[in-house]
Amino acid sequence: MLAAIGADSIETLFDEIPAELLAKGLVDVPDGLNEMAIARIMHQHAAGDGMPLCFIGAGAYEHHIPAAVWEIAGRGEFYSAYTPYQAEASQGSLQVLYEYQTMIASLTGMDATNASLYDGASGLAEAVLMAVRANRKSKSRRVLMPMTVHPAYRKVVQTLVRNQGVELVELDYSGSGNIEPEYLQRYNGEDFAALVIPQPNFFGVLEEVDALTDWAHANNMLAIGLVNPTALAVLSPPGEWGQHGADIAVGEGQPLGIPLSSGGPYFGFIACKQAHLRQLPGRIVGRTVDLDGRTGYTLTLQAREQHIRRAKATSNICSNQGLMVTAATIYMALVGVEGLARVAHACHANTHALVERLLQIEGVEQVFCSPYFHEVVLRIGQPVAEVLRALAVQDILGGYDLTADYPELGQALLVCATETRTVDDIERYAQNLERILSRRKEGPICSKLRPKEGTI
Amino acid sequence: MSNVPAELKYAKTHEWVRDEGDGTVTVGITEHAQDLLGDMVFVELPEVGVVLAKGQDCAVVESVKAASDIYAPLAGEVTAVNEAVSDSPELLNKEPYGEGWLFRMRPANAAELGNLFDAAGYASVVAEEEN
Repeated sequence: MLAAIGADSIETLFDEIPAELLAKGLVDVPDGLNEMAIARIMHQHAAGDGMPLCFIGAGAYEHHIPAAVWEIAGRGEFYSAYTPYQAEASQGSLQVLYEYQTMIASLTGMDATNASLYDGASGLAEAVLMAVRANRKSKSRRVLMPMTVHPAYRKVVQTLVRNQGVELVELDYSGSGNIEPEYLQRYNGEDFAALVIPQPNFFGVLEEVDALTDWAHANNMLAIGLVNPTALAVLSPPGEWGQHGADIAVGEGQPLGIPLSSGGPYFGFIACKQAHLRQLPGRIVGRTVDLDGRTGYTLTLQAREQHIRRAKATSNICSNQGLMVTAATIYMALVGVEGLARVAHACHANTHALVERLLQIEGVEQVFCSPYFHEVVLRIGQPVAEVLRALAVQDILGGYDLTADYPELGQALLVCATETRTVDDIERYAQNLERILSRRKEGPICSKLRPKEGTI
Repeated sequence: MSNVPAELKYAKTHEWVRDEGDGTVTVGITEHAQDLLGDMVFVELPEVGVVLAKGQDCAVVESVKAASDIYAPLAGEVTAVNEAVSDSPELLNKEPYGEGWLFRMRPANAAELGNLFDAAGYASVVAEEEN
C-alpha cells in the first residue's frame, strides 16, 4: 500500500506530523493475547466487580430484562445488521425501527419520532439545537437549562452547543428540589428559544410540568420535556403537558431493556409535534406501499439529512443505535403497556419503602419533601464518599454522591430502588448503613490503631 | 422543452420574476426547475420584512428527491409570502407560474430587473444545462 502511494516507509507517510506530537510507541499496550488468555483475564476482572446490590440510579437504572429480549435481539438477522447503507434492502430492520418509533410516539404522546440517537445526553443537545431552529416566534439562541437536569447532561449539551452560538442560561431550583413556577416570573418577557423541563428531575422530584409548559409557551418558548421512559408509563406524557403539550420530548432509552454495562452503549430517543417534524434530526423510517400495493418500509424525509443537505442538514447525526433500539422494541413489546406501568409502580413503591426504612436510621433525613418517582435525595450527616466506600466493601452500591455537583446540599446522597430490589435487599442496605453510620459516629473501635495527631 | 413564459424574467438559478408594476415583483421557480426536482413535499419561505441581498439563499423547496435552496434574484425586502404553498407544496408542480409562486419583494433597485434573463436567454441556459 505504501508503494502504491509512493511512500517508502510508514515514517515518510507521517512526515507531516510535527515530531513533538508523535506518540513514540505504545508503551502501556501489551502484546496481543490468544482467546483463552484474554477470556481468563476478562473473567478475573468480572469476578472483581462482584455482584453488588445496586441502589444507584442517577441516569442509568437496573431493571429486570426478560431473557427473551436479548435472545431475540441476538438473532443473526438483528445482531449483525448495523443500520444498513442500502436501508430498504433490509425490510425487517426497518420494520423494527418503525415499530420502535410508533411505541416511542405513543409513550411520549408525540406525533413523530426518529430512529433513535446515541444517548440521553447527546439527545438533549440535539433537542436544544432543534428548538433553536424550530422556534418561529423567537430568534433567540438562548435556552433555559434548569440545574435539576442531570449534571453530566448539562456538560454534554454545553460541549455540543457552545460552538454553535447557543447559550445555556442556568435555572436555579427551589427548596422543594424543583423549578418553582413563581421563580420563573423574573424571566417574563425575556427572549429565549426554549425551556428544558426534566420529568422526573435529577433529584427524582416531579416538576410542575403543566405550569412550566404553559409558561414557556406564553413567553414564546418551546418546551422540551426530558423524560424517563419508565416513568412515562404512569406520568402524563409530554404531549399532554399544559394546554398545548410540550414541543419536543427526549430522554435516555437505557431503562427499556438495555443492561447497565458500565455506562453503554445506550440509546437516546427524541420525539416532537408534527409542526416541528422538519427540524427533527437523524433517520426516520416511514411506512409506504410498493407498486403492487404491499406494505413496505423506507427511510423518509431524507432531504433534511447530511448526505443530501450537506452543511445545512438538521444534524450531523446520520446513524442510530440500531441494536439497542431492537432490544428496547422487544422489551416494550414483551412487557406491554400494563407491564411497563407495573414496573413503574413497583419502582416507586420500592423507593418509598427504601426511603421510609432509611429514615428510621439516626442522622438520615430527606432533603426535599416533594413527590418523587424512583429516586430520592437523603442527607446522611457524614462524609458521603467514605460511607459509600464502606458500603461497597459489603458489596452494596449505596447511591450517587451529590456533594461534587451540588455542594450546597451538604452531605447528600441520591438513592434509587427499582423493581429489582426486594424487601430483603432494602433491609440489608439499611442494616449496613445503620451500622456504618453509628460506628463512624463513635469513632474507631480500636483506638490504639489510630495514629497520633501529627505522626503522619 | 418546458414552458418559459415570455412576459417573465429569469435567474440562472431557475427562479422566475414577474414585475407587478407597483414597485414589487413576484418570485417563483420555473417549470423546468420543478420538473427536475420532482414531487414537492415541503417549502420553507422567508419571513415578511426580511431584507435580502441579490443571490442570498432565502427559501428551501424540498421534493421527494432533493432539497434545494432558492436564491433572491434581486436585492430587496420581502413584502409577502405565499402561505398556500406551505400547506400544499404540490402547487409548485401544478402551477409553477401561478398559484405556486413563493414570495413577493420590493427590489432595492428596480433597474436590476433588466440584468435578469429574458425568456429566450433562460431557454438557452436550460438548453445548455441539458447538454
